[in-house]
Amino acid sequence: MAVEVIMPQMGESIFEGTVTKWLKKPGDSVDRDEPLFEISTDKVDAEIPSPAAGVLKEIRVEEGKTVPIQTVVALIEAPGTQVAAAKPAATRPSEAPAKPPAPAKAQAPPPQASQKAEQRPAPAPPTPSSAPAPLSETAPPEAAAAGEDEEETVTDDGKRIRSSPLVRRLARENGIDLGTLTGTGAGGRVSKKDVLAAISSGPERPAAEPAAKPTAPSGAPPAQTSPGRVSLEAALPRERIYFGRYEVQPMSVMRQRIAEHMVLSKRVSPHVYSIDEADMTRIAHVREAARSEFEQKHQMKLTFMPFFVRACVDALRDFPTVNASVDGTNVVLHGEINIGIAVALDWGLIVPVLKHAEEKNFLGLQRGINDVAERARAKKLKPEDVQESTFSITNPGTFGGLMGLPIINQPNVAILGIGAIQKRPVIIDDAIAIRSMVYLTLSYDHRVVDGATAHQFMRRVKERLENWTEDVL
Amino acid sequence: MAQVTYLDAIRQAMIEEMDRDPAVLLMGEDVGVYGGAFKASAGLLKRFGWERVIDTPISETAIVGAAVGMSYLGLRPIAEMQFIDFIACAFNQITNFVAKSHYRWGAPVPIVIRGPSGGGVHGSAFHSANPEMYFVHTPGLKVVYPATAYDAKGLLKSAIRENNPVLFFEHKFLYRRIKEDLPENDYTVPIGQAIVRRPGRDVSIVTYAAMVHASLEAAELLAKEGIEAEVVDLRTLLPLDRQTIIESVKRTNKLLVVHEDTRTGGIAGEIAALVTDSAFEDLDGPIRRVTSLDTPVPFSPPLEEHFLPNATRIAEAARDLARY
Repeated sequence: MAVEVIMPQMGESIFEGTVTKWLKKPGDSVDRDEPLFEISTDKVDAEIPSPAAGVLKEIRVEEGKTVPIQTVVALIEAPGTQVAAAKPAATRPSEAPAKPPAPAKAQAPPPQASQKAEQRPAPAPPTPSSAPAPLSETAPPEAAAAGEDEEETVTDDGKRIRSSPLVRRLARENGIDLGTLTGTGAGGRVSKKDVLAAISSGPERPAAEPAAKPTAPSGAPPAQTSPGRVSLEAALPRERIYFGRYEVQPMSVMRQRIAEHMVLSKRVSPHVYSIDEADMTRIAHVREAARSEFEQKHQMKLTFMPFFVRACVDALRDFPTVNASVDGTNVVLHGEINIGIAVALDWGLIVPVLKHAEEKNFLGLQRGINDVAERARAKKLKPEDVQESTFSITNPGTFGGLMGLPIINQPNVAILGIGAIQKRPVIIDDAIAIRSMVYLTLSYDHRVVDGATAHQFMRRVKERLENWTEDVL
Repeated sequence: MAQVTYLDAIRQAMIEEMDRDPAVLLMGEDVGVYGGAFKASAGLLKRFGWERVIDTPISETAIVGAAVGMSYLGLRPIAEMQFIDFIACAFNQITNFVAKSHYRWGAPVPIVIRGPSGGGVHGSAFHSANPEMYFVHTPGLKVVYPATAYDAKGLLKSAIRENNPVLFFEHKFLYRRIKEDLPENDYTVPIGQAIVRRPGRDVSIVTYAAMVHASLEAAELLAKEGIEAEVVDLRTLLPLDRQTIIESVKRTNKLLVVHEDTRTGGIAGEIAALVTDSAFEDLDGPIRRVTSLDTPVPFSPPLEEHFLPNATRIAEAARDLARY
């Protein structure tokens, strides 16, 4: 059968891509994972590997054309097709080359974790126009005849889902939105197996859908749900949202991803917050003294951020459970310290990752922070730049916030919030002094990190900051 | 216990019932002196005498008509059709008279009409028929079609003891091919009860008669591929054991109906309708059927082979269903 090659999603905010170069011509044979074409998106330029071995049958999107993600850009004829067409009986499910990803995986993992999967152009759920074609090619003639006018469920956003009466009943009884599942049955159908897997792997789902959806007042457009992900349900009945005069702005793809990630994080991690303060006077002096020389020597700004990163790296080394992830009943202690750094953008928020912070000297930290922040603002991040963080830092102080209580960046178990550095009167040895102070907040996942550990961790960060000795030049 | 063929099981059932009840008698073409075209009644004339083992003229209408009359007078005749194909000659007697007598006149007709049915033995278009559905469509009749020696004996005994007319179809392909150890004691198999011949979780194959064996063979093939087929042997076609069928579909969520009868108007269509009526929301795929072609049974061996369902075709259809 023909395997569809799709325009992959190369980052959270990416919704279209440009084919810059085809590395194969129609008729060329291609191996699985062999580079097939090059794309350019507003964030990433990349070579896209072939999803299957076979012969490039058809190129549907020419070089230079920009298409939405999930668009079929080419077809690959997988080997064995002729045999399969002539002898339909020989087609077995295991031979179907375009096996969609396992349903469990498609169930809205945190965006960062799912990006790895998105790098590779995984076969997309069939689009309305292309769905019948692969079916008639793969199924025996008899099956095609019987299956062609099989019932389909059409989701709000027009995606067609092939299923069966049983699957629809199971989905209804278990409150599962079929639009969020990837069908592994013949022709992309959602099968009993798929829906049972979704039921057993999704205990945190709401028990059942609300009995009746209140209809929107006239003029209110339907809220869009993103296919293949957990749809963001409205918290309020729609008539309580639409009143008076209003303007409706659809969420950008990035906004939707952020919203999903935040809801997911709050759902899976019981957040606890610890607040501490640190005296930054010494560091302020160090920074002030080194600033001009540093900027001249290294051609970049000297900020407070590397100081905080260094303090966190040292503290994380001492408290490995803070540098961890949770997988079911296992705590995964990470062997490297990769710091996610929240970068506010005009169009949203992204958390690029400073990899191997534990191996970097002060200069390396500052360079790395500047690099990812600049690339985030210039939309030049690669997918791997936003993956594999083990701990995150966010800096509400940049915008004047005294302190913030951040939401954990999954799959981390803690995030540090840095407030604004302000001069405040503090008492030292029974005297009132003017010091540069900062409020530090730690949001942590109480499943694995207890208050004692969190406060000891914060103590260590604070000590490191207040007793800074490292040479910054 | 001795190994008993499907044919001998039928013979034993008749002997035991004639021993048990003097009202039971056998009549048909060549059932006496010759012992039946397939020797189903070999030795019965000697054992029970000419008054209870009656050779008749070549007239199925007369055989059935006489049986009805005898039954009105308190006898329990077994009427043999030498080949079931010729039951068509008695169609009017059976559908208009036998089936309606109890309803119309309050006069039950405790007769059994039995005969060799089915293909696979190169018997051609006049000696290979599966005419069961003409009668399944007729209210007032009971229709049974066993697949094993145990059931053949047990169901025939039940049919003879039944106070209303029973059509008892015997598959001639199974006559000497099926051999089983049968219990020595008197047992019966209730009419109207299907049986799960092989449990499975992936697809239900509902079938009867010779196709039970082809389906079990297909299930063996499928098991090697990891597909567990459940094989349901209907045993009785009328009244149909709906409960066993529905329960099986609820377990597997896929249904394949297999029969040797031709496709159009075969019981597969009836079962498909039954399941969509009663278990639509348990279906995870379309209902498929594997049947003979809509043609007379061909004489040519390769053509007959092409005409009949077989394990390969059953497995193919089940495999296709499993993909859903």
